[in-house]
Amino acid sequence: MLLIYCPYCEEERSELEFRQAGDAHIARPRNMTEMSDADFEAFFFLRDNVKGLTFERWRHLNGCGRFFNAARDTVSDKFLTTYKAGLPRPDISALRPAASSPVGTAPVETYEATEADAK
Amino acid sequence: MSELLRSELLGSDLSHARTLALAGRHGGLGAAALTPAAPATRLSLRAKPDAVETLSAALGISLPTRPKTSASSNGRHALWLGPDEWLVIDETEADLMAAAASSNVLHSATDVSHRNTAILVKGFGAEVAVNGGCPQDLTLAAFPINACSRTIFGKAEIVLLRTADDAFRIECWRSFSPYVFGLLSEAAEDAGN
Ligand SMILES: [Zn+2]
Repeated sequence: MLLIYCPYCEEERSELEFRQAGDAHIARPRNMTEMSDADFEAFFFLRDNVKGLTFERWRHLNGCGRFFNAARDTVSDKFLTTYKAGLPRPDISALRPAASSPVGTAPVETYEATEADAK
Repeated sequence: MSELLRSELLGSDLSHARTLALAGRHGGLGAAALTPAAPATRLSLRAKPDAVETLSAALGISLPTRPKTSASSNGRHALWLGPDEWLVIDETEADLMAAAASSNVLHSATDVSHRNTAILVKGFGAEVAVNGGCPQDLTLAAFPINACSRTIFGKAEIVLLRTADDAFRIECWRSFSPYVFGLLSEAAEDAGN
């Protein structure tokens, strides 16, 4: 079971109590009525879906109920850190011992590694 | 008609109309016995930090501000659910809405007395029984007496309060209670093995 640290409950809880809530640090435009459809589409729908380090909103839905942000590696599923809503992106290089190696170079069981060549 | 008689009639009408969600149910074995809790009044309470002290005074109970903690006095319990959110339970069915309103500070209070019902779990296997559906660490070190948390039990959201070494109160939504009671019964029977 994956444990996620809630910055409001100040402890690790089972992933079963949490919901992912999309990308973090998406600024809501103040001039929506004047935006072009293309700009609105970019803000509202388009996300990077990065492989590796990503910043996400999570909600401790069946716990304290609060939204918070998380830095997570989408390859290893590892949470690098979580932090309260409203705080800026943390310095991730400080959190990683192997800061020089790019995200995803550690051996992990990806689909490509384990299933891609399966007959 | 005297006021006394009127209130007696009103009271009997209400109790007649309201059927407790888990009336007559019992479950578990020696390891963990399950009992539906008696009716209680309940508040879903939200407030900013600057209102906590005044609200505490009005409710006659100190609203806890640390995660997973609760306060109890004379059958009234205040459970921390989130940084600005509490579940207040009064087992004597006192008027909590009136008490909160008398604080005259900004807050949000919703009467959830009948939205929730509660199940009492007691016995040396109580911890194992609750863990049958709840993923939290319920050892005494991690979840001591008076610890409380909103969490899940199987597919249902619950609020868990530890009332003794071997006893828990499980608050759940009335409509979820047959499911919670059923799953808990299975886990309680397994807890003895
Ligand atoms: Zn939390």
